[in-house]
Amino acid sequence: MARPLGADGRPFDPDGLTLPAAAPEPAALGSRAALHRWWRRFARNRGAVFGLAVFLTMVAMAIFAPLISPYDPLAQGVGIPMASPSTAHWAGTDSFGRDILSRIIFGSRVALIVGIASVLLAMVVGVTLGLVSGYYGGLVDVVIMRIMDGLFAFPIIILAIAMMAVMGFGVRNVIIAVAVGFIAPFARVTRGDVLAVKEEPYIEAARLAGVSSLAIIFRHVLPNVLAPIIVQGALRVSGAIITESGLSFLGLGPPPPTPAWGRMIAEGQTFIVMAPHIATIPGIALMIAIVALNLLGDGLRDTLDPRMRR
Amino acid sequence: MARFVLSRIGQTLAVLFTVSVIIFALMRMIPGDPVLMMLGDDFTQGAYEQLKSKLGLDRSVVVQYLYWIGRVLSGDLGDSYLNHERVSRLVLDAFVPTLVLVIASLIVGVLIAVPSGIIAAMRKDSAWDWGSMGFAIFVYSMPSFWKGIILIWVFSVYLGWFPTMGYVAPWSDFREGLWRLVLPAITLGTFFSGLVARIIRSSLLEVLDQDYVKAARARGVRQAALVYKHAMANALIPVVTVIGLQFGTLLGGAVLTETVFAIPGMGRLSVAAILNRDYAVVQGAILLGVVSVVVVNLLVDIAYAFLNPRIRVA
Repeated sequence: MARPLGADGRPFDPDGLTLPAAAPEPAALGSRAALHRWWRRFARNRGAVFGLAVFLTMVAMAIFAPLISPYDPLAQGVGIPMASPSTAHWAGTDSFGRDILSRIIFGSRVALIVGIASVLLAMVVGVTLGLVSGYYGGLVDVVIMRIMDGLFAFPIIILAIAMMAVMGFGVRNVIIAVAVGFIAPFARVTRGDVLAVKEEPYIEAARLAGVSSLAIIFRHVLPNVLAPIIVQGALRVSGAIITESGLSFLGLGPPPPTPAWGRMIAEGQTFIVMAPHIATIPGIALMIAIVALNLLGDGLRDTLDPRMRR
Repeated sequence: MARFVLSRIGQTLAVLFTVSVIIFALMRMIPGDPVLMMLGDDFTQGAYEQLKSKLGLDRSVVVQYLYWIGRVLSGDLGDSYLNHERVSRLVLDAFVPTLVLVIASLIVGVLIAVPSGIIAAMRKDSAWDWGSMGFAIFVYSMPSFWKGIILIWVFSVYLGWFPTMGYVAPWSDFREGLWRLVLPAITLGTFFSGLVARIIRSSLLEVLDQDYVKAARARGVRQAALVYKHAMANALIPVVTVIGLQFGTLLGGAVLTETVFAIPGMGRLSVAAILNRDYAVVQGAILLGVVSVVVVNLLVDIAYAFLNPRIRVA
């Protein structure tokens, strides 16, 4: 039987005896009821819902790009070069006579793939390092965390530029270059939480029962530090997209003619006097994506992780 | 205090060591044989072996690192592969305009942030409060390079108030130099101002809630005097920290902003070097960039300890 819920969304417990009072519930997404409670909190946050809606639209746009884009994004001369927005070309055309709207739609693929894949990659590497560092401690901890301190000193875009210099261009390398800059924050957040969780009685119980370290880390520690990691991930996606667009603006992103928003803006700057729409319109797409992802990230932070609420 | 400063300097040296190892490792990961590249058409087996041992590349990795870091510490970053200029010279020349841009942006950012943060805190939940916070999120979400292009479009192309691009050192021609810095500094400074305004607002609200401020208010001190005489000094302390933490982000933003405005700084130097595969220059630029971030963080931490005696003990 489901317990009735209190005003705070936790099971109602009038005398506070059967449940630990106000214990933080970081990873409270285990059950369907908990998920439902989280969704009700999330749905009340208007900014977050708007962010989610825009994000899902972007995902749909990226997946169905070939179906919804009015022209081939790579085809030159589908319109008069540098034509202003019109009914035939809603966002106008660029200097090669390519349809800008179609290029924006296809450009969302690069932005999303890099944004999500680089954060996931950084998450896997950073969380693993944080788990190992926090759980084992000692020399391992010192070595890993000093390396993280070093990485953390690099401004993200400068580290990404350095990585692109080493690896050469291409979408895969952009993903890796952006990811490297985000490893240190994930490792730090994870390590900090592991240090707290490690002292819990249930971890000691598992250890005494002879459960292997690896099993303890992945079955008992990881689920309990997951919420702040998810929040951190959501907050970083917009940063990853900004970094990707910065790299492609500098000409260090995916090679042309792949449509990438940053490169479209760079190409448009040359024609800012004659045809300002070429640089401005892709920037609007980029900004909407970033605002939406920031709102979504903030919403997840406020609803998922009680300790990080402002 | 001395102990705090010494321990922070120790930490900084440790970070700098790690940074140098990371950069050294990165540069060794570059595909291709640097010796072959440097020889080019002059390749003979003998010349190859000779240059390899001259560069120390026939030794172990640790020896190579020690050899490299020794030269770096004596100020020798090698020569540019393209035009054989000293890398240290090229990098320092490019660092100056970037630093000028960062400092100008800091000034613009603080000039916008302090008044809007104060008003937002004094009129909490008013239209001004919501408006300035909305503006903060808005400018924070605009990529700096795009914001720069929009500013050029509006203020240079359309209104014709400012030059579209280019850089003149403020000490060679103060008026012209300053004039050309306005748009780039606004581009980078507004990004920074949003964040700082939010921090001033929340820290001022916190200070205004403290007993000594309440006591002053009970004595009949007016709101404005309360803010400026009693609360402001304490509320500004966190701003110092943010400036330190954001220096790296500002430097990264400067790399993009100066590309928009054709300022001959670190961004242009390193991007050109990457496209030309001039790795000694890439390495030198990144090294100087990161070292400056780490050193600024150290200085800010020490300044913070001076401003806030409670930190020194920790």
